[in-house]
Amino acid sequence: MGGIMITKIADNIISPLGYDSNANFKAVLSGETMLCKHVDSFGLPVPFCGSLLNRDEIISLANAEIACAENYTFFEKLCILSAQNAITDCNLSPRESNVIFIISTTKGNVDCLENSLEDTRCILASSANKIARYFGNNNTPIVVSNACISGVCAQIAAIRELLSGRYRYAVVIGCDVLSKFIISGFQSFKALSPECCQPYDKNRVGLNLGEAAGTIILKAGKPSNEEDWQYVSSSIHNDANHISGPSRTGEGSYRVLADILKDVDANEISFINAHGTATAYNDEMESIAIHRAGLDDVCVNGLKGYYGHTLGAAGIIETILSMKAIDNGVVLATRGFESTGTSYTLNISNQVRETSKTAFIKILSGFGGSNAGISYRKGGKA
Amino acid sequence: MKTIAEISITPNRTILNGDTISTANIAGLYREFVGDYPKFFKMDSLCKLGFIGSELLLKGINAEEKENAAIILFNRNGSLITDRNYQKTITDDNYFPSPALFVYTLANIVTGEIAIRNKIYGESSFYVLNNQDMDLMNDIINNTYLTSSPTFILTGWVDFDDEHNYEAKLKLVTK
Repeated sequence: MGGIMITKIADNIISPLGYDSNANFKAVLSGETMLCKHVDSFGLPVPFCGSLLNRDEIISLANAEIACAENYTFFEKLCILSAQNAITDCNLSPRESNVIFIISTTKGNVDCLENSLEDTRCILASSANKIARYFGNNNTPIVVSNACISGVCAQIAAIRELLSGRYRYAVVIGCDVLSKFIISGFQSFKALSPECCQPYDKNRVGLNLGEAAGTIILKAGKPSNEEDWQYVSSSIHNDANHISGPSRTGEGSYRVLADILKDVDANEISFINAHGTATAYNDEMESIAIHRAGLDDVCVNGLKGYYGHTLGAAGIIETILSMKAIDNGVVLATRGFESTGTSYTLNISNQVRETSKTAFIKILSGFGGSNAGISYRKGGKA
Repeated sequence: MKTIAEISITPNRTILNGDTISTANIAGLYREFVGDYPKFFKMDSLCKLGFIGSELLLKGINAEEKENAAIILFNRNGSLITDRNYQKTITDDNYFPSPALFVYTLANIVTGEIAIRNKIYGESSFYVLNNQDMDLMNDIINNTYLTSSPTFILTGWVDFDDEHNYEAKLKLVTK
């Protein structure tokens, strides 16, 4: 890989649990969630259990912090607020030509279709351009739209750009906002749980949807100290099985894990932060994939019990929280899990556990038979 | 980057490796060159277009080579045509959301359809770009080899605006 090292230099999470990464980590560490039942939201005839942002608060924040905030949709405001927070944190000059913006989203401004079917704000590339231009960045932004695995794929796209030497910094933003469009679709799939979801549990009945935005800023270059996070390995595989159901053999996810294990020793993995949507099929599939990869003993956790499934943001915010967890010497608890409900028993706990290991694997799976994984390691080890 | 095969499909004409195919539309191409994959009729327009392009391109490629191939596609409109169709099914006075339609409101489903048909277990990725920026697309394709080793990459532009405005410009490439 040309010997180029990739280091994470800043991050941000905006979610119902808080507006920066530390606030989010603290909330998750203490077991908080904003998942609750919403009746008559978004004009939906059927209630749902989800984790929603406080729109008024976000809009006031945007009005205070974004120039000409009225020109941006709610989705764009979130992306800008999250990226701005991370950019400020690492003193990045976003207008420089060596900075690329990469955006992970499944549906972006799809809620604009409610106004008009011809509303061009729904075109993801236009929205991404507005976001990059807000920061004065003139490079063409890349939108990764790979369903639920987008957040990890966007990091992989960023890493490839940095490894190629074309850019020095990548601002990777993941965001999705909920709408009648998205919620009705998941309801029609009968994929939603009426209560808080229970990842990997024997009583799990489905997922919850959630809203969030997250940003990770990556840099091509050596870490400046022992505390920095470095990219180690990544992989993307298709199940080649079904467009809306995961593989019965965990094929794609297994191949992702097998690829990553070529670069990471199983003994240095603190935990696998899995997708854990709490649907019957997803969690079962992941247990098979993890078992086939020989990782039954490694700690596994899932964070959907705190946030629900945040779609394009999931891969970003769950990666950040995994880093924060190891920074603090812990494996975060899997909220909602009580007892094993998968064919293979994974090393899961609903309690926070201690760890001294310094690498993790983040995996995701999604519609289209897609699976992706990425591994990071903390510290100066090359 | 070496091109093994290429195809261009528009409402006016289809050109495969330099040869013009006289068949008029996507359904006609399916009948003439595929014919044995009823799932085709369940697909949305974007998937049908990408699927037909992939069928013509992948003829003669064996299963072993396909297993670790990558599928990396690009467009501007994402799944907008199906998004609009789905939106029409969730208005207040006409509410009947269907999972069969909703699943196609994700542009990357076309990569999944091609993977399923051909048993391609490698990378499947979908990117949305502002326009058909060849430099950027080639850059992304070349960069794929920095973190993976696909046998070949099925890649290119596949965009469906409406019946009169669509384009697939796909190719098979190797390092």
